[in-house]
Amino acid sequence: MPFLIDNFALFRDAFLTTLSLSLLAGLLAFVLGTVLAALRVSPVAPLRGLATFYVEVFRNTPLTVVFFFMIFGLPQIDFVVGFFTGAVLSVGLYTAAFVCEAVRSGINAVSPGQAEAARAIGLTFGQSLREVVLPQAFRTVVPPLGNVWIAMVKNTSIAAGFSVSELSSLLPRLVNANAGDLLFVLLGVVVGYMVITLPSAYAVHSLERRVAILR
Amino acid sequence: MRITRYAATLAAFGLVLAGCASEAGNQAAETSGSSAAVNTEASFAAGTTMARLNEAGAMTIGTKFDQPGFGLLNPRTGEPEGFDVEVAKIIAAELGIEAKNIEWKETVSANRESFIQNGQVDIVAATYTINDTRKQLVGFAGPYYIAGQDIMVTKGNPLKIEGPEDLAGKKVCSVEGSTPAQNIRDKYPQAQLVLFDVYSKCADALDNGQVDAVTTDNVILTGLVAGSPDKRELVGKPFTEEPYGIGLKKEDTDFRNFVNDALEQAFEDGRWAEAWDRTAGKITGQEAPEPPQVDRY
Repeated sequence: MPFLIDNFALFRDAFLTTLSLSLLAGLLAFVLGTVLAALRVSPVAPLRGLATFYVEVFRNTPLTVVFFFMIFGLPQIDFVVGFFTGAVLSVGLYTAAFVCEAVRSGINAVSPGQAEAARAIGLTFGQSLREVVLPQAFRTVVPPLGNVWIAMVKNTSIAAGFSVSELSSLLPRLVNANAGDLLFVLLGVVVGYMVITLPSAYAVHSLERRVAILR
Repeated sequence: MRITRYAATLAAFGLVLAGCASEAGNQAAETSGSSAAVNTEASFAAGTTMARLNEAGAMTIGTKFDQPGFGLLNPRTGEPEGFDVEVAKIIAAELGIEAKNIEWKETVSANRESFIQNGQVDIVAATYTINDTRKQLVGFAGPYYIAGQDIMVTKGNPLKIEGPEDLAGKKVCSVEGSTPAQNIRDKYPQAQLVLFDVYSKCADALDNGQVDAVTTDNVILTGLVAGSPDKRELVGKPFTEEPYGIGLKKEDTDFRNFVNDALEQAFEDGRWAEAWDRTAGKITGQEAPEPPQVDRY
């Protein structure tokens, strides 16, 4: 226990790094994922093809490989980003594919009558998406999106292997020097992640109940 | 009918391939034998670890699988090779255990102490630096080699880095949790530390120009330089002393004394120098250094 108190500053800074990495990557993922979902259901075939290509590439590539590409591959063609920015981009772009699929399933769950009625009263494709379809779609996909968010928070631990000093990087840093306090280090790291994921799970649950569509 | 015929053919083919593969593995294992002569007349006092291992005729040794020259897994034979491996084989030979009866386990830096304490390995020979914090958890025989922290830079040393003081304001790469990384944090805080989880990433980052230098033990750096000698070079001025020891159980004083005796024997009769020449010496191109003084405590 005194070990955790002595190293509290380390844990706190690592926790804040994980939190900021999750929030920034999450913002990128949700915005980009929604745009991609809209592209995938659009009537314009090349846009559909582009979005499908993006989703297939990022869903079938492990996150570690995406990181490698971002941090070691792209500099070979002179595209260099800092390590934290690279981590945000890697996690965000990867998770956007999953957000896209979740949102798209929500769009498909909205009854086609809604889209037809929207077109019938003269709304354009973008307007019918924005005003009619997406608001209803998001209400149905709150649980899967919450899932994607929580999985993403834990996926940020891969950044520890690519020079971002976040929670998981504390494991080698503290355990190698203090092998006797292994359990305390693990406890500290797990609690750090749970401080983000448990309230998120609770928030997702209460949001889901609030916006549930009663059929 | 056709599907079952295809499946049967594939299964038969697979079995033949498996048979061939294990045959090749056996042949490779026979050719890469250790030259340490096994002491078949060894006898030990009853109840000691040495007696137990000698009777079992086998032991488990922890080593690194990813350090060229010291402990590197050969994918074709499935066995590690290197200086640490050879020194461990010498100790096993003194216990009357043949090299082929040694079970090798990969011990990464984080799990060396727990493997020794749990008894998952009998000894650890894995670029294991002796220090007082670790002595509280495990015992050390040796040292059997003194490494030193050094710096690797791009060939030609364009930034003229000659020592750790020159790292101020520069990006230097190491592995998270390693002693060299902590050393830079404690003693040279003006250097900007970039930390990955494996040294190969540090080497890639140096080649890409994302970092200015890589720092760790000189033996690890030599292995990295050997990977791309036209792009990387070693500054060559070690600024710490990292004594490598054999890790074993803390309370086992008899075993520790035995291993120290075995090491001193190997220093004297040339087996240690010969093991160096066959492994790390081939990569570094250097001759075997003076053997260190074992520390009996």
